[in-house]
Amino acid sequence: MNPRLHPEDFGENPWDPLPALPGHTSRGRLERVLRRGEFAVTAELNPPDSALAEDVYKRAAVFEGWVDAINATDGSGANCHMSSIAICALLTRIGFSPVLQISCRDTNRIGIQGNVLGASALGVNNVLCLTGDGVQSGDHPEAKPVFDLDSTSLLATIRRMRDEAKFLSGRKITTPPPVFMGAAENPFAPPYDFRPLRLAKKVRAGAQFIQTQYCFDVPLLERFMARVRDMELEKHCFILVGVGPLASAKTARWMRSNVAGVHIPDAIIERLEKAKDQKAEGKRICVEIIQQVREIAGVAGVHVMAYRQEEYVAEMVHESGVLKGRQPWRRDLTRPGFDLDQRLTENLARAGEG
Amino acid sequence: MLRVPAAFEPPGKPPRPRDRFALRFWSIRHAGGLARFYAAFERALVAAAPLAARLGWTRLERPVAAVERTVKGALFDCRMCGQCVLSSTGMSCPMNCPKNLRNGPCGGVRGDGNCEVYPEMPCVWVKAWEGSRLMAEGDRIGDVQPPIDHRLKGRSSWLAVAQEKSGTGGAA
Repeated sequence: MNPRLHPEDFGENPWDPLPALPGHTSRGRLERVLRRGEFAVTAELNPPDSALAEDVYKRAAVFEGWVDAINATDGSGANCHMSSIAICALLTRIGFSPVLQISCRDTNRIGIQGNVLGASALGVNNVLCLTGDGVQSGDHPEAKPVFDLDSTSLLATIRRMRDEAKFLSGRKITTPPPVFMGAAENPFAPPYDFRPLRLAKKVRAGAQFIQTQYCFDVPLLERFMARVRDMELEKHCFILVGVGPLASAKTARWMRSNVAGVHIPDAIIERLEKAKDQKAEGKRICVEIIQQVREIAGVAGVHVMAYRQEEYVAEMVHESGVLKGRQPWRRDLTRPGFDLDQRLTENLARAGEG
Repeated sequence: MLRVPAAFEPPGKPPRPRDRFALRFWSIRHAGGLARFYAAFERALVAAAPLAARLGWTRLERPVAAVERTVKGALFDCRMCGQCVLSSTGMSCPMNCPKNLRNGPCGGVRGDGNCEVYPEMPCVWVKAWEGSRLMAEGDRIGDVQPPIDHRLKGRSSWLAVAQEKSGTGGAA
């Protein structure tokens, strides 16, 4: 057996929750991998605009064996897609470790807390607390923005549910949700001096891991991380740096003027423009950034956001060498018990063809 | 402060004249003085609490809220959320944030420090950070604020503070 494989990370059936290790708050693999000190890799799944489970499986299949957890976005960019909670539930059925993204834009505290309990019951171990993009940037600008909570108070709310077994109202929860709690940070947006402090606030409110916005400016991240280390925040939360390939200089331009919070230096765009094959160059830049951020003290992993280029994630993770031969979870069809759900296996095979 | 020119560029919309927010920004520039004034004002409020209790908190609610709305509306574009956190947010009212964020900026702040949703408006939290640096107790910007209580909207936070700090509360 591959010595880099940790059999204790895999239950009898891959969809079964694992026993929580001492000091762990969740029963999931992502927390295990991070607490063991491995360099973790997470990726973002592009949610389908359909009501078909196979669409989710097909999109998840490209990450198999290369990522520790898959983020299911919650209407990112305020655009409507299949819900995060449903995608996470589907992913747990085949054994993936999903990260439930919760945006404060669409539901109030009553809806959110109910969803956290439901998601946990469905086998979701990780939640990422986000404020969410404004409705103005999405496909339903006429929608009513909710923002009843903000990302920090959402963290505090879920921590109260988990650690005190109470709703925000103080009412008792009979079985609290054992979740690993995450938050986002954007070291690449103003006010730069406040960003590490804001991270500290989120950690104080309960964040155990952080996934950052796209990093295309490593020196800016280094400055941020230096401050983070001064404050010793990296000892209290795992920081996963957001990375992703740019398809072309044109896409890069479009992204930086239309996607909120994305900062792309001119040098990157120039480098893409000069390249013969812009797509290949975009991947190369991404691999280089992964390798550079890996060397920064306090960085615990990367979060790969390869929107519409998900098929390149495996290739980029492989080329960057960050897994060092470690193999995250993948389906093992020979494992006894796995084939119990024949219909699911067949569906997966069909999805693979389609 | 560190500036990064190539970050999120607003797509071609000229910003509206800045004087629309002139008074709000004046208050932030003078956050230090206002915080001192506010501390003295709070002491006066607490001292007046027994009198207020005799007059009846409920009877005072409407006139005091009206005064508070006028004064704070002019100085801070106050939205009368009824649970004022100005002293923790550098005298920049967080309810002017289109996402009503009370704990810090979102990740969508533009490279020029303007709002993701309203490209012509400087981010409420960029301003809050500037203002907090001028205040003696500016580090209170790091306090984790609880979720807002929507029942208190429109009510006077001055009375609430006087009631709470003097311990004469109860009959609200």
